[in-house]
Amino acid sequence: MAQPPAFVFNILETPEDQGQDPSPYDESEVHDSFHQLIQEQSQRAAEEGLELRVLPQREPGPETLGASGSGHQALLGPEGVPDYSTATLRILASMPSRTIGRSRGAILSQYYNRTVRLRRRGSRPPLGGVGRSARPSLRLYDLELDPTAFQEEEKRTLLVKELQGLTVAQRDHMLRGMPLSLAEKRSLREESWTQSGKQRGPQGRRGLLPCCSRLRYACGLALHSLGLALLSALQALTPWRYALKQIGGQFGSSVLSYFLFLKTLLAFNALLLLPLLAFIVGVQAAFPPAPADSVPTFTGLELLTGGGRFSHSVMYYGYYSNTTLNQLCGPPLDGSQCTPEAGGLPYNMPLAYLFTMGMSFFITCITLVYSMSRSFGESYRVGSTSGVHAITVFCSWDYKVTQKWPSRLQQDNIRTQLKELLAEWQLQQGPRSVWGRLRQVAILGFVWLLCLGTTLGCTLAVYAFSELMIKNPVSAEREWELLALPLVVCLLNLGAPYLYRGLAALERHDSPILEVYVAICRNLILKMVILGILCYHWLGRRVGALKGQCWENFVGQELYRLMVMDFVFTLLDTLFGELVWRFISEKQRKKRGKPEFDIARNVLELIYGQTLTWLGVLFSPLLPAMQIVKLLVLFYVKKMSLMANCRAPRRPWLASHMSTVFVSLLCFPSFLGAAIFLCYAIWQVRPSSICGPFRTLDTMYEAGKVWVRHLEKAGPRVSWLPWIHRYLVENTFPIYLVSALLLAVIYLNIQVVKGQRKVICLLKEQISNEGEDKIFLINKLHSVYEGKERSRVGRAQEAEMPPTLPADERDAR
Amino acid sequence: MGNKPAVFTHEQLEAYQDNPFRQRIAQVFSEDGDGHMTLNNFLDMFSVMSEMAPRDLKAYYAFKIYDFNDDDYICAWDLEQTVTKLTRGELSAEEVSLVCEKVLDEADADHDGRLSLDDFQHVILRAPDFLSTFHIRI
Repeated sequence: MAQPPAFVFNILETPEDQGQDPSPYDESEVHDSFHQLIQEQSQRAAEEGLELRVLPQREPGPETLGASGSGHQALLGPEGVPDYSTATLRILASMPSRTIGRSRGAILSQYYNRTVRLRRRGSRPPLGGVGRSARPSLRLYDLELDPTAFQEEEKRTLLVKELQGLTVAQRDHMLRGMPLSLAEKRSLREESWTQSGKQRGPQGRRGLLPCCSRLRYACGLALHSLGLALLSALQALTPWRYALKQIGGQFGSSVLSYFLFLKTLLAFNALLLLPLLAFIVGVQAAFPPAPADSVPTFTGLELLTGGGRFSHSVMYYGYYSNTTLNQLCGPPLDGSQCTPEAGGLPYNMPLAYLFTMGMSFFITCITLVYSMSRSFGESYRVGSTSGVHAITVFCSWDYKVTQKWPSRLQQDNIRTQLKELLAEWQLQQGPRSVWGRLRQVAILGFVWLLCLGTTLGCTLAVYAFSELMIKNPVSAEREWELLALPLVVCLLNLGAPYLYRGLAALERHDSPILEVYVAICRNLILKMVILGILCYHWLGRRVGALKGQCWENFVGQELYRLMVMDFVFTLLDTLFGELVWRFISEKQRKKRGKPEFDIARNVLELIYGQTLTWLGVLFSPLLPAMQIVKLLVLFYVKKMSLMANCRAPRRPWLASHMSTVFVSLLCFPSFLGAAIFLCYAIWQVRPSSICGPFRTLDTMYEAGKVWVRHLEKAGPRVSWLPWIHRYLVENTFPIYLVSALLLAVIYLNIQVVKGQRKVICLLKEQISNEGEDKIFLINKLHSVYEGKERSRVGRAQEAEMPPTLPADERDAR
Repeated sequence: MGNKPAVFTHEQLEAYQDNPFRQRIAQVFSEDGDGHMTLNNFLDMFSVMSEMAPRDLKAYYAFKIYDFNDDDYICAWDLEQTVTKLTRGELSAEEVSLVCEKVLDEADADHDGRLSLDDFQHVILRAPDFLSTFHIRI
């Protein structure tokens, strides 16, 4: 490898020698590496009258490079291989960008520079991180151009010294990102640990103190290895690790995202269930209320209808008492006050019910919003234009897939995807007539109209059926008739998507991903509208119709029935939809093969089930437990059916975008709707007067108000709580303030994103310009060496030839 | 295992998975570039392909895997090889060259006709899927 010569940096004006192009000599700074060469060459040119000739096909004018596609011919000679002189090649070979893979020394020095910069700055690197590039900008690599170039060992010691200056977290992060082998990284880490351990020791040699520093070092190492062991144990404990690996290996990341979403939902339900179990269900189960007069016996129908024996259990709202539990009162003196005896911990059940419900929903909301924002942050980038071909070529091969047949399938998928992309591009190249576009818009509008009409029809059907159920109340002997409404809802939810799929065959979208989004949108609208109608039916009509009875129990039972029916229909659909279809397609249409696993439909079913849980949790605190059981069974059933009957989807699925979409769908229509339902039920609806923890109050929220009034009377020590309640909760001003703050934060974020986009554009232009500079300089270098070579050859020939024929020589050349 | 280092030949690796880039992976992670991996190389490979490896490290090794001629740039020939392997040779030559041209248009920021490590990392940044696809579950 040639040593780049040491140059004196000198600003010099040199004469115009190209004529046509704008040359860098016009600018005030010429890079020092090429300065001397150019100076020599121009002197020689002035002496001998030779011109600097740049080979015509390598003219690197900025206008030719600006045109896309022709730029990459600038460096290639006629055979397609760059033909530079050996001197040029030697210099090019020592460019930092060409040595990244080859020499460990280059990697070590690159990371040394990074560490130094990190330590000196002490904060985040600037936007764009220009310092992290391995681009041939020679100014950054002072270490390489230093005449006393370091050997590898010295670079390594330097790196270790710099690593010690970092904090432990930064050091680990830096080591983890280094492209060296594990053995190297381990030795670097150990060296930086031991040396820092020694450095913390004192200068003098005392018997006690080195012992302390050694002890601290040993403790630190032990803690570190304990942490690593815990981490690996935690990973081994994650449920279904092998099952997920199997699914990912056979079907790829997109189908895997469905199962990961299922796992996430399980976590959410567990999070919701724990406070409910601890503060409501457990306490009430420990202090059961007085048994009701007639408790029906257990028949099998309760599992489907949720009524009967289950009505008088902790499962439903009606069971919970509206008094303070565990308050062992002495004989009441004036009948209004109760002095608790020693050993009793009074537990205000209505308050606990209200607060626990509110708190669980709040925790769920925070967790959802956090996971959604993290998902968004990972999958959407500022200024990312559609580099869809590059992404398909480089990022679409799923290394998880391990078996031969799914691997073949993946190759087929990628081939289809590339063909579709090319076809799309060719279609866009061709002119699109106004008539064609108008026709497409008309078809789109028509199909949407039909779909919305179907939705409206389904909604009216549900409404009419629910009104019918109110008019003909079900007697106690014919409880199975209660299953009629859930049956109708489930049938509509099953049938309408097939209709949508049929209608969608009429319209032709530009991109297959858009088709999927549109299908998800339509199905979601259907489900949410049906649920909305049912909510109106319960809170608006049933409350009035069931006056004098426990309407909350009824609503809880309705939701239980809906969940059970949904579960039954999902199982039937999985068995019949996938199994029977596989038999049919195997016997009749062998070419089609197994049916595809429809990810969108399955995910929407999961979201629907979770919405039902959230709607019903106020009236039936054990509903999340049921949902957990349902999800567990669903995982195994779906996995079995998938392995036996299905194959991976043909369409390309961007797995990370999809998981972001799933979580946002879970948050926005699903959780938001459930929260609105809950708020309305707590604030506006009158609870029934014969059952439940709020039976004597006007609204459920009043339990909180009653308690605050009680606290006000209690004395001056807790007066801050009523104050907070009066001025922050009841008052509307803080809400306006919070909304204004939120709007301000959103506006600031939008402006920051705009600014980042602008900076990205500027940096892209800068990169493009530097690329042009590089090509120009390389060509200049080459021409300088060529000129030298030619003049050397010419002088040698002149020395050989007789001096009588100089004119002929000159002409011939 | 004793003092003698055990060596994985690339035939043994081939039996483990059916990946069109298996030979390149073996070449990139082996010590002398011939495809025979020691235990340390094997560990390196799984360390890079694990979930916890940072994105830049994965991008660096992915770059080396797709750089078939080992010249530290992904040129048009490398791209053609990649696309051919990805599609098992079922695209026509014209389609392959069209795809390569579009990839270079999209990804080549400094317009020199090939992708450097930076251009590649910039493409990877735009594709958050990369972390989940360049990943082997253990």
